[in-house]
Formats: sequence, C-alpha cells, structure tokens
Amino acid sequence: MLEIGNKTFESRLFTGTGKFKDMATMQASLESSGSELVTVALKRVDLKEAGDPIISHLNHDRINLLPNTSGVRNAKEAVFAAQLAREALETDWVKLEIHPDPKYLMPDPIETLKATEELAKLGFIVLPYIHADPVLCKLLEEAGTSAVMPLGSPIGSNKGLKTIDFLEIIIEQSKVPVVVDAGIGAPSDAAKAMEIGADAVLVNTAIAVSNNPVEMAIAFKMAVESGRMAYEAELAPTAAHAEASSPLTSFLDE
Amino acid sequence: MSNFREIFDQQDWGSIKSSIYAKTKRDVEHALATSERNLEDFKALISPAAAPYLEQMAVESRRLTLQRFGNNIQLFAPFYLSNECQNICTYCGFSLDNKIRRKTLNPKEIDGEIAALKKLGFQHILLVTGEANVTVGMPYFKKALKQIRPHFADISMEVQPLDQADYEELIPLGLNAVLVYQETYHQKDYKKHHPKGKKSNFYYRLDTPDRLGKAGIRKIGLGSLIGLEDWRVDSFYTGLHLDYLEKTYWQTKYTISFPRLRPFSGGLEPKVAMSDRELVQLICAYRLFNQEVELSLSTRETELFREHVMKLGITSMSAGSKTNPGGYAVEPQSLEQFEISDERLPSEIEELIKKQGYEAVWKDWDMSLEKY
Repeated sequence: MLEIGNKTFESRLFTGTGKFKDMATMQASLESSGSELVTVALKRVDLKEAGDPIISHLNHDRINLLPNTSGVRNAKEAVFAAQLAREALETDWVKLEIHPDPKYLMPDPIETLKATEELAKLGFIVLPYIHADPVLCKLLEEAGTSAVMPLGSPIGSNKGLKTIDFLEIIIEQSKVPVVVDAGIGAPSDAAKAMEIGADAVLVNTAIAVSNNPVEMAIAFKMAVESGRMAYEAELAPTAAHAEASSPLTSFLDE
Repeated sequence: MSNFREIFDQQDWGSIKSSIYAKTKRDVEHALATSERNLEDFKALISPAAAPYLEQMAVESRRLTLQRFGNNIQLFAPFYLSNECQNICTYCGFSLDNKIRRKTLNPKEIDGEIAALKKLGFQHILLVTGEANVTVGMPYFKKALKQIRPHFADISMEVQPLDQADYEELIPLGLNAVLVYQETYHQKDYKKHHPKGKKSNFYYRLDTPDRLGKAGIRKIGLGSLIGLEDWRVDSFYTGLHLDYLEKTYWQTKYTISFPRLRPFSGGLEPKVAMSDRELVQLICAYRLFNQEVELSLSTRETELFREHVMKLGITSMSAGSKTNPGGYAVEPQSLEQFEISDERLPSEIEELIKKQGYEAVWKDWDMSLEKY
C-alpha cells in the first residue's frame, strides 16, 4: 500500500476535477476510477459560501481532497493559498502548483522549493508539481516534502512520458513517493510510469476530455493496477539481440 | 525596455495585405498539417485561400480547445459604470457628438447593480466606461474597485488607456485583467475614426498592452473592431501583437475578442462587412495559431451563431448583457452603447451551454489569492 504523509492509499491513481462537461460526469468518472485522492483548484471553489458544487460532488467516503494552488505565481501567494485551503476545506494537504507562465504552465523550481520549505514547517502535507529534475527532488526532500510530482510532459498535453530518463533517475534516488503528474495521455502511459516504479500517477485531462470519461477512468484504473503489478513482479530484462548459441567464450570449456 | 511600436513601425499595411491575399492552397495545407504554426501560417489561415478548408479548421480548432480548456465555457457580464465620453468615435454609441443622456453611477447605484448581477449568478465581471478623465478617472476607478471587489471573484476593466503607474495602483485593488482593443491598426483610418479626444493618440493606445505588461497585470485583452478596415489585415496585426506580448510579458495571460460593428442610434455602417462564415474562419485561425489564448464571444452575436460557435474555439462568453450604465437594475430603459443580439438570460445561456455538452464556469479565480 502506498503511504503519503499520514494516509495510506489502495489506489495509485490520483485524479483531478478540471475540464469535465458537467459535475455529474465528473462525479461518476472519479467514482469509477477508484481514486482516493482528488485534486481541486482552489480558484474554482467558492470559499465564502457553503455548498460549493464541486466540493459537494466529491463528498464520498473514499475520496480525499487535494486542494491545488493553480493560478499563483510565487511562493508567497502559494503559502497564502494553502492556508486558505486549510481553513476552507479542513485539510493539511496541498498540491503545490506555482506556474508563473500561463502558456505552458511550467513550474517554477525556485519558488516551489521556497514554498515547500515554509509549508512543511507549517505542518502541511506538501505535494509539489515540478519538472522532472532529480536534483530539485532531493532538495525538496530536504525541505520536508511529503512526495514529489514530476511531470511526464507539459500539463494537459497528453504527450506521455517525454521525461522518462529523468523520471527513472528520480525514482531510483527518491526517499519520498514519486507521483508522475502531468502529460499522461493514455492508459499505456500510466502503465509505463507504474512499470518503471512510480508510486502513483495523477491523471485529469485524458479522462475529462475523452468521449466517455467513465470508461476512460476505468481503463486508467486497470492500467495503473497492471503497471504496478508488473513492477512488483519485476519485468524480465530486455535484450537488444538474441543470445548467441555459441558464445564467444565457449572455447574455455573445451 | 522595448515596446510593440518598434515592431509595428517596421510593418507596412499594404504589403501585409498583399501577402495575405497571395496565400495559396498549398500554404493553407501546410498551415493545417504543421503542429507548430507561425505568423505566416496564421496569414494563410485568415486568407481567402483558406475558405474551402473551413470544416478542417473547425475540427482542429475544437480539438485543440478541448485539450487545453476542457468542456468549459466561462461566463462573465459587462458592468457599465458610465457613458460619459470626451472622445468622438465614428462607430460608438457613447461618442461625444451623440446626443444621449449621460450617466455615471454613484456608489448607491453601483450597489444596486452589484446586487442585480450577483442575483443573476455572475462572479466574473467586466467594468466598462467611456473616457471622461475628469469625472471618471483614477479617483473614481479606485473608489469603484474598492466597493465592487468584495462581491466578485474576478474583475476586468475596459476603460480608457491609463499610465503604467495607474495600473500599478489599480492591480492591488483587485484589477485582474484589462481589455484594450486597438480598434484598427490602420494608422490613417484610426485617425479618421477617432478625430477628437485623447483616444485620437494612436501610439498611446498601441503602447497600452506594454504598459499593462510592465505593471504586471494578470491578463490582457486584445482585439480589433471588425468592420472599420479589412479584418484580415487587422487580425494579422492582432496576432503579431499577441505574439510579441506573449514573448515579452510571459507571465501574463491573453484573451482576444472579435467584436463586429453593431448598429446604434445614428451610427456608422461597416466599411468592410464580415460574414458569419468568415468570423468562424477567424476564430479557428486564432486557435490554430495559439492554443493557449482565451477567445471571447459577446452578446453582439446572434443566439444561433453563439450556440454553434461555442464549440469551435471559444472559451468565454458574456450573457444577458446590458450595455448601459445602470442597465441591470437602476435604469434598465436607458440607451445602450450598442444593440445586443442575444438577449437571453444568463440562466438560459447556462442551460444552452449544458445542452452543448459543456460546463458553464461562473468562477475561475479568487480575489483572496490576490493578497500579495
């Protein structure tokens, strides 16, 4: 079972709430995904009035909320947003998203590190969205992060694991759970991430904008389970070419 | 720091125009096939040569929009504060020489409008005024923002261009976005359509997005008024402007509108008409050129057009708009800036958006995130 912060998770598929055509579809998809951790943009939630439609559609025993700070541009704003979320949604968990570039939503490593440090001190369970940067991951660990969330490719791009070589280094070195966060476009991408040893994946766009989000959520659920199972069973090593029947060193046995 | 005018001054309207009209089928097919489209591809997509490819453009535009923005359409309402104006603009209902009763909302009236807009469900609003720097200048804006901010999630403004220092003062008061349409990038015609008032200064207006970018605004709205000049050339300039701004002020978001000249009492007939088909071509061309830019459609357009076009690249729409100060509650009967075409209530628009398979998004920002 996956452990992050003070919680354990049976499902290694984390999901998001954006881009769905309606709340009912969102709810049905998230329920069929089996996901236990669902991220929601703080800016979409009505913090002033009770009964926000997004939050009320996520009211499910299994689902834990992971508020995200999407829209903030620096550490100061992010820390403030996390505190708002803690108050309004009664959770210490926060997905730290600091992307000052609204075009490709590229995460700012410097501000993210600063905010992680501060939020960890304030007792938050911090899950920062970052580039697939192995050094940054180690620095975040030292700063007290609860997990790292490197991207597979730009957010919403559905381009798959373009950063796979760096993800492998991160996974090899990490002492905290590694959640591959962005760019996962197909169940096969999710399975691949799990096969190389990611602890979880976060998928939103690929489910939300598919023609049948409920079916797609199930497909991702199965892919994540299958990828994890393959990782645990250990994949047979790949070979570039068949092994020669008369090896070069056979003369030694003669 | 540089300004867009340095790029603008190197351009020539006539050569851009002939280069757009010289685009061929081959150019259009190349623009459709490539995944990284540049300004030359954009020219091909807005050219007459692209007309036979409209369906293909629409399919790709829809795909790109869904991928980036999901099944969402944001809703906002214009909030007219004043129709006082010292400018003469040949196409505008608020023009100084247009004999209408002038009105600027006082704090009590602003409260009335706030209540009415909130009752309709709006969280994102666009404050609009004419240009009357004495009565509706910085002191008025500051006061109005302070009064309005606590009630809404996102505040944009479409008022006269201001100095950078003014924007720097307004942003911490809750100003999130500023829309400033160049109207036309045709310098000579600009002068003709803006003969009097501060607005007649072409370059001051042209530099406004630069001033906004330097002030650190979150979002800038661009556009040209369709009908004043050849829309293809004006739209190319808009694309060029967008391209420059995105690279220069990379932390800012951008939104584009394509207002078609609408009739008002005593107004100007469009010099260059644009058909519905051509507007769809333009919307799709913007999307194919730039996957991230927001594209906004107003109630100037008809019900039928809006229903269909919302699926082809649009990301935000106004609904139930009143284009007169006090139009929602205080003085619903007064004269509007322009006639709107889609008069349905916001709740009806929300229903319609749902029917098209989209979620109507009323809130996508939170003022409390603005603290720093």
